[in-house]
Amino acid sequence: MIPELGQFALILALLLAALQALFGIVGPALGRERWTAAVTPAVAGQFVMVATSMGCLIASFVANDFSVAYVAENSNSALPLFYRVAALWGAHAGSLILWIFLLSCWTVAAAVGTARLPRNFAARVLGVLGTISFGFILYTLLTSNPFLRLSPPWADGQGLNPILQDPGLAAHPPVLYTGYVGLAVAYAFAGAALLEGRLDREWARWTRPWATSAWAFLTCGIALGSWWAYYTLGWGGFWFWDPVENASFMPWLMGTALIHSLAVTEKRGLFKSWTLLLAVLGFSLSLVGTFLVRSGVLISVHSFAVSPGRGEFILTFLVIMIGAALALYAWRAPQMQSEAGFEFSARESFLLFNNILLVTACGTVFAGEMAPIISNALGLGKLSVGPPYFNPTFLVSMLPLLVLVPLGMHARWKRGGLGGRGRALLVALGAAAVIGCAVAFGVFTGAGILSPVSMTLGAWIIIASLLDPIDRLRRRIAIPRAVLGMTIAHIGLGIFVFSMTAVQAFTAERDVALTIGSSVRDGGYTFHFQGIGPIQGPDYGGTDATMVVTHEGKPVAVMHPAKRDYWVQHIATTHSAITIHGGSNILVALGQSLGDGRWSFRLQVRPLVLYIWIGALIMAGGGLLAITDRRYRLSQSAAKEAAALLAGGDAR
Amino acid sequence: MIRYFVPLGVFAAVVVLLALAIHQAPRKDLVPSPLIGKPAPSFALPSLADPNVKVTSAALRGHWYLLNVWGTWCISCRIESPELLAIAHTGVVPLIGLDWKDSRAEALAYLHQKGNPYQQVAFDPGGLEAIQWGVYGAPETFIVNPQGIIVYKYIGPITPRAWAHDILPRLPAGQASGS
Repeated sequence: MIPELGQFALILALLLAALQALFGIVGPALGRERWTAAVTPAVAGQFVMVATSMGCLIASFVANDFSVAYVAENSNSALPLFYRVAALWGAHAGSLILWIFLLSCWTVAAAVGTARLPRNFAARVLGVLGTISFGFILYTLLTSNPFLRLSPPWADGQGLNPILQDPGLAAHPPVLYTGYVGLAVAYAFAGAALLEGRLDREWARWTRPWATSAWAFLTCGIALGSWWAYYTLGWGGFWFWDPVENASFMPWLMGTALIHSLAVTEKRGLFKSWTLLLAVLGFSLSLVGTFLVRSGVLISVHSFAVSPGRGEFILTFLVIMIGAALALYAWRAPQMQSEAGFEFSARESFLLFNNILLVTACGTVFAGEMAPIISNALGLGKLSVGPPYFNPTFLVSMLPLLVLVPLGMHARWKRGGLGGRGRALLVALGAAAVIGCAVAFGVFTGAGILSPVSMTLGAWIIIASLLDPIDRLRRRIAIPRAVLGMTIAHIGLGIFVFSMTAVQAFTAERDVALTIGSSVRDGGYTFHFQGIGPIQGPDYGGTDATMVVTHEGKPVAVMHPAKRDYWVQHIATTHSAITIHGGSNILVALGQSLGDGRWSFRLQVRPLVLYIWIGALIMAGGGLLAITDRRYRLSQSAAKEAAALLAGGDAR
Repeated sequence: MIRYFVPLGVFAAVVVLLALAIHQAPRKDLVPSPLIGKPAPSFALPSLADPNVKVTSAALRGHWYLLNVWGTWCISCRIESPELLAIAHTGVVPLIGLDWKDSRAEALAYLHQKGNPYQQVAFDPGGLEAIQWGVYGAPETFIVNPQGIIVYKYIGPITPRAWAHDILPRLPAGQASGS
């Protein structure tokens, strides 16, 4: 009964999404006030239905209803309650339900957030979001219905894929999807502006908090995924240029370009059509990512079960959503004239270069992502594009970007120049070079040319970000939250660059064979293999080793690398032991028994690796802080002013 | 203002490529078995090697296995034979043979000459058991999970590519290694 109720609620949600799209887009176009006014109730109704539907699926998981195919395939009665709920997004159909639910949450937030904006504009935003909801719900119902029953029902489920049984799984997809779907709101704002045929600085001010919060969630989601892969998959790396990682990274690069371009549009009324295009492309790339992951066109570690039909459906949806937006763009954008010019050394220039470099980087990733598909489609054979392509091409656009960050932050709007900060920035660069070289050559050994340069840039970004807040503190001037947020985000970037360089250049890695009682040295640490024994978990058994780690005679940690054998699925997984000491990350993975009491181990000492994710989280935190700035909380009078401004456009 | 049409043009080109890519994607599942996701038929058949020993579905419970339907008369099965031996050599998953509409002497001679990739071979001279599995041509290979559910059906001779792309990723060994 419960699964049928869930499916019924989803069908009702589909109808309400259709009404939401119809009222929101057609109402303002025909000037029918009643239609326009009906959008918000449709949004509320759609949310209730989607939440009911997801609740029903969760209930089926919690109740171990193995007559539901999706539950039987992804859960098991031995699974703890927490993972039975998280198993909802463990595979294709359920993750779509999660996606739809998050989209309707964002839609409700957008309805609340746009309540004080001009009514027609708000209705159009919600209307565009309605079309997206409609597409995704229809997709789920037609090709990936998670409520289908099994006949005969299974006695017990297959269980959740063990590599997904981790707290990281519980958080990674929802956070990442929140970011993906948040870009839909920015897309909807762009869509509403295109439908209205006008865009001003007010529009940028309304859009910015949405774009920035979506970007912050995307940043967190990618960081969590990378952290999860780092310690669960036991690969010991944090980024693999896997097609699915790229699928999330491309919208992030576009989103980063968008939030910078929006700054220019808001402050100076420039880059209007460019900003619109970025808003459209950001969400388009998350749709393209969805297509690549779920159509079976790409083969990846993330491969979801693929069936024919899904690919065609998403492609059709892509053509409608992106095609319509880009066609509208081609029609409307020429009318959106920039309001003023600027000097070459002005902040606008730096942000323009920021955009060009980020979009270029996104383009190179996109090219690498598409190359195997193109090659296969044209019958040129299978092709694999990996780090040898991505690393250098990405670096070519990213290194100049890092040079621009400290300068761009301090360049003045319009007139240009560094506003008297030139010398301070030079001193900061000197200090950063000292730090970069000292760490690259002094603390570590074997540095090439790139690592001291990159570490210097990271340190320079951090120091340069601090100049403005220190100056304001000294002169006792309040720091607006938007400025503070930007500063923090850039510090996060600096930390990320610095630590990523350390990890890439100075990781010590060894495979060793040890007998119980013997020890080995690696990366300045001594590893003592003390013992090994069996372990027993709720739905797995396995082997667990004890490794005592010391640094210069002092104990650091007792580590327990393990191998687990999940008896339901008969899958063996490796659980590396990870410990943190003085900013370094020590990883021990248990390998095979080599006979006569010897076991193989993989030892890694990765300096500063934790700061990669800390840096990313700081970036996201900066973004979230920036959107709490006063000017995004519209005052009533400002809202009226804005309404008056847009009234002319609506009267047509 | 031609430049405003550039994004639309680029997008159109990408769509054409993606549409081509979908149609180029392997479509082995165009004739899906209605048994996929359903419990495998239970059987108890005489072993090819020894008619007094039974090969039973009950004994196979609790392990992943590939059920490979073959016969000495089937040309495609001969083509598939080296790949089956290679799979057996990896030890990733046991191969269970279903010798279909065959003669015992010929089948034993064939396995002796070409090599035997199967852990066990069930003998089905009348082809009645194969009907239960919905077999309509040899070779066909079913992936069966420890719960006795048919996870996948592969039609035609298994090639190295089919093993790597269609079969191994559906086995726990293929998923755990993350490839």
